[in-house]
Amino acid sequence: MTDPAVRLDPAVSLAGVTFRGPVFTASGCAAAGRELAPYLDLGTLGGVVTKSVMRAPRAGRPTPRMAETASGMLNSIGLQGPGIEAFLAGDLPWLAERGIAAVVSIAGHSAQEYGELARRLRGAPGLAMLEVNISCPNVESRGQVFACSAAGAADVMAAVRREIDVPVFAKLSPDVTDIVDIARSCVAAGADGLSVINTLLGVAIDTRTLRPVLSAVTGGLSGPAIKPVALRCVWQVHAALPTVPILGMGGIRSGLDALEFLLAGASAVSVGTAIFADPGAPARVQCELLTALAARGFGAVAEAVGVAHGLTAPREVVAYGDEL
Amino acid sequence: MTAAQVAATVMDVRRKGDYVALRLAAPRIAAGARPGQFAALAVGGSDSPMLLRRCFSLAGWDAGGIEVVLAVTGRGTAWLARRRPGDVLDVVGPLGQPFRLPERPQTCVLVGGGYGAAPLVPLAAALRAAGCPVRMALGAAGASRLMAVAAAEQIADTVTVTTDDGSAGRRGRVSDVLPDMLTGVGTVYACGPMAMLAAVARLAAGAGMPSQVAVEESMACGVGVCMTCVLPVIGDDGRTRMTRSCLDGPVFPGDRVRFEAVGTVPADAVGAP
Repeated sequence: MTDPAVRLDPAVSLAGVTFRGPVFTASGCAAAGRELAPYLDLGTLGGVVTKSVMRAPRAGRPTPRMAETASGMLNSIGLQGPGIEAFLAGDLPWLAERGIAAVVSIAGHSAQEYGELARRLRGAPGLAMLEVNISCPNVESRGQVFACSAAGAADVMAAVRREIDVPVFAKLSPDVTDIVDIARSCVAAGADGLSVINTLLGVAIDTRTLRPVLSAVTGGLSGPAIKPVALRCVWQVHAALPTVPILGMGGIRSGLDALEFLLAGASAVSVGTAIFADPGAPARVQCELLTALAARGFGAVAEAVGVAHGLTAPREVVAYGDEL
Repeated sequence: MTAAQVAATVMDVRRKGDYVALRLAAPRIAAGARPGQFAALAVGGSDSPMLLRRCFSLAGWDAGGIEVVLAVTGRGTAWLARRRPGDVLDVVGPLGQPFRLPERPQTCVLVGGGYGAAPLVPLAAALRAAGCPVRMALGAAGASRLMAVAAAEQIADTVTVTTDDGSAGRRGRVSDVLPDMLTGVGTVYACGPMAMLAAVARLAAGAGMPSQVAVEESMACGVGVCMTCVLPVIGDDGRTRMTRSCLDGPVFPGDRVRFEAVGTVPADAVGAP
């Protein structure tokens, strides 16, 4: 999978845990990994970030749940999933048996429910890290989006932190006035790192029916359309909290997209919506990223993290041959 | 046979009435294909602003390639219709659950609506090869929206055509002619719009025979990870779940699909709010 000419160590360390590579699947875009197995070797990736699991089974929103937009898509899945019990019985063991690092995304209606999910996951084989989804826009009430309030986000992170000792990342929403404020609050409450960003809330209208395309009216916007917003968020959070590891995501579909996230301050990246276009995308992006890093003289993934912050002065343009 | 992602060269692009048929060199997909399965085609190239795959029933295949038939309904299908022989497409397939063939030879009725007739041609061929007499009913809004009638006439024992406007065959809907076709039938198969599938499933159930319906739900990925193509389906345990039509379908037993609740989450579905 990896170009043999690339002599770069692909491993990355996030909050003390070493992962095989810098590219992960993004939550909600890879189920729990199994469905993608025909298209790529999941074991070469940093890991699989699972679709957010909740306490109980959840049917999600009515269809239509999806609208394609320019270089993006809206989704209003509404956290459909099997619930923690079925997840622990089937999905997580599948990853563990194959030695694939599992980053389990959890979502709940209250800080207490997040805490309970963390408790249920404590000691689960294969669990490498938790990603706490406090920012899913597809909930019945926007008041439930904990990541829109520094206090609400902190409550959830503290509840999770108390229950588990694997690294815990908070997944942040870009739909806030000051993402750094939320990021600081999460870290103060015990988050080891930050996943930046979740989708942006959007709407699409069908001009034939004169109605919203999505049955839920609003949905989460993802895909290359949001990449500059995601990079801005990573940039701001890294500038404010340079020692806090960031899992960067939002519109990545090539190795050079991923490299931008590293240069902006992400320690690793997740590939999400690109999977829908190309089920092998995470492995392809990782291969392209490692090649691009080696071409630029980096000896390890970590050497590239945040580099763009130190290079604000004009710099000679170098052609690496991979720009197209 | 697991699905594969392949670079498939376009061999032929042909207009068929209101539809466009694409033949693609994809031997790996063809080798595993079964009637009712589909392929997911990326559109617009690697920097495309159109991120989602377009999914189409396999209308036919041989050792070298597959055929899909599409209706131009938007930018993605328009882009596909503009492909020329020699162009290369990113194709994933074969995907989804195929039609199940009867264990013993029995008379089968195949009902197609519009380009939903596409997967019925390979199904009819497979049924005939298994010794099953085949009756087909093909319907559409008008003559230009009928498809596969000539192919059906070569394979099936009888073919009945209906159009809403009477421009070909009998005026009316396939569900109007279906009751007269059900005498002595073992299984009814259908592919087409949801309303037609609902009518076929209801008529088959009323006549006491099983049906298998291939649904067309809007898909983003085709491989089971996006969760957009769900519809309420009753499981073996009698409980309704929001079920992915790409992985668990597109073919379902007609009596398992909650047609009346498509587009909603029924209150008794597992995990309903």
